[in-house]
Amino acid sequence: MRIVVASGKGGTGKTTVATSLARVAAERDRVRFLDCDVEAPNAALFLHPVLDSHREVGIRVPRVDADACTYCGRCAEVCQFNAIAVVGQKTLVFDDLCHGCGSCTWNCPEQAISEQLAVTGVIDSGQTAEGIAFAQGVMNVGQTMGVPILRELKQWTAAPPPVGHDLRGRALEIRDAPPGASCPVVETMRGADFVLLVTEPTPFGLHDLKQVVAIARELGLPAGVVINRDGIGDDAVAAYCAESDLPILLRIPMERRIAEAIASGQPLVEAEPRYRPEFQTLLEHIVAGVNA
Amino acid sequence: MKQLVILSGKGGTGKTSVTAAFAHLASQGPFADRILLADADVDAANLELVLQPRRLDTRPFSGGQVAVIDADICMTCGDCESVCRFDAIAEMDGRFVVDPIACDGCAACVYQCPAEGIHMEEQTVGEVAVSESRYGPLHHAHLYPGQENSGKLVTQVKERARQQALDESRQLVLVDGPPGIGCPVIAAVSGADLALLVTEPTVSGIHDLRRALQTVQHFGVPALVCINKADVYPKGAQDIEADCLANGINAIGQIPFDLSIASAMVAGEAVTAYRPDAPASLALTALWERVVTCLIAPDATPDT
Ligand code: SF4
Ligand code: SF4
Ligand code: SF4
Ligand code: SF4
Repeated sequence: MRIVVASGKGGTGKTTVATSLARVAAERDRVRFLDCDVEAPNAALFLHPVLDSHREVGIRVPRVDADACTYCGRCAEVCQFNAIAVVGQKTLVFDDLCHGCGSCTWNCPEQAISEQLAVTGVIDSGQTAEGIAFAQGVMNVGQTMGVPILRELKQWTAAPPPVGHDLRGRALEIRDAPPGASCPVVETMRGADFVLLVTEPTPFGLHDLKQVVAIARELGLPAGVVINRDGIGDDAVAAYCAESDLPILLRIPMERRIAEAIASGQPLVEAEPRYRPEFQTLLEHIVAGVNA
Repeated sequence: MKQLVILSGKGGTGKTSVTAAFAHLASQGPFADRILLADADVDAANLELVLQPRRLDTRPFSGGQVAVIDADICMTCGDCESVCRFDAIAEMDGRFVVDPIACDGCAACVYQCPAEGIHMEEQTVGEVAVSESRYGPLHHAHLYPGQENSGKLVTQVKERARQQALDESRQLVLVDGPPGIGCPVIAAVSGADLALLVTEPTVSGIHDLRRALQTVQHFGVPALVCINKADVYPKGAQDIEADCLANGINAIGQIPFDLSIASAMVAGEAVTAYRPDAPASLALTALWERVVTCLIAPDATPDT
């Protein structure tokens, strides 16, 4: 079962909730954690995995064989992104504009184009002390497109446990989504079973929550809400949830102690163990909701 | 004309609240009637919520094309599905259909279809708007949920803002930037005279600040840093200041944790207007003066 933790507005405590959920789940289940916020991956700061594997990923960009090219211009004509151009007796490729779609390669009448990996990021993976299989995508600075990294990340498979290892519990995947409500969020939710939305009770939180709810609905995914920093702001988020049939599954009050613990990199359930049963209940609600 | 972009790396550090306060403060000082605002965080456009401006004009934004299969022509050979590298084409009940959200608009399928049964269609992915706010004109946009934020919409918002600023000889464009380090951030940073990064003293804030600073520096824009909620984790704040010092970046101020910021948001006002004597407002006022110094004389080192 795959659970996405998303928020719309950044900084609402998405990673706090995702990492605490993972910690609690790992007590009984087999957990795999994907940090899908490739522009600002932070979950590792809380889960402290040992990341012993690093794989460079990117997109396949065209390389033109100057001896075979006749400068016919067909590649430039089919490219929708102006990433390849014929200038006099030269065919130029602009890697930064290329989407790696392959169209120029297939359409070159001389088969003068081959493809090369242009690295845009890396997938780091490993395990935490609690046995959580962990992977994160990290986009390189100066790169523009995170979605290809995200696609690779979703396909990551952890090394299988040693033979004879007790395969107890359920297989759970937790994905920490990027902020916002554009296509990386869609890509994170694709193929998931449940969307847990973390918001704060302010006009910004509400506005951005509605955007992500629209995506979850479009993809037909069940969703529930966690209200973080409960007590600041107003009641508009709760009213919206009630009228939109979105269950509020957990409220975490605004407390300075919690803010301080999280600032220093402690998972919420570790800093405040009284939240462990609350997260256990949250997890069971999610699982029951999906299987209902 | 100067462009100041407010960024953060990590979302939710208070970027928009800072921008709104600056807009208010700027409207009082030497920049009164000479500023213009642009909200470049198009997939979480929140500046409008604080400024409650009056809409003057809204128009659709078409952000590129998607493939459409004509079911009457399609011979269901499946070639399009196998060439699409974006998993946007799938067979459903014996018919091939394009998922417009996943489609990247590359048109590879169009050229591979033996029946010429696929064409590209322009799609509306959001809207761009201009409004009148109490602190000056606001250019903003709304990207429809799930659309690709390629930076094109951000570029358009900024271009429209810049044009109006030039037409009306406005001296300062304040840009509320998006979180992260990708396309929209690069679009927001390009052409800016100065970037102010609003961070918070948390392990995540520090980590994301480093990456955002690298991005800003990669594009050659001078950067300043301010630390919001600085007193929540003083050690983190010290680490950020040390880090900035080591990298030649000016950490120009701290804003204390203050619930007035959330109350101001609920009231739909800039915190400096809502409660001018709140601790956060006082800090923001001092901060703004230093930012102005850096904007006017880029080489000046403000007294911190
Ligand atoms: S399509 Fe092939 S032959 Fe024609 S210009 Fe491009 S690379 Fe050269
Ligand atoms: S791979 Fe696609 S985007 Fe890149 S140059 Fe070729 S046609 Fe253009
Ligand atoms: S390639 Fe053309 S004919 Fe073949 S399945 Fe796709 S749309 Fe139909
Ligand atoms: S245009 Fe490109 S991304 Fe869209 S369906 Fe066709 S091949 Fe796939």
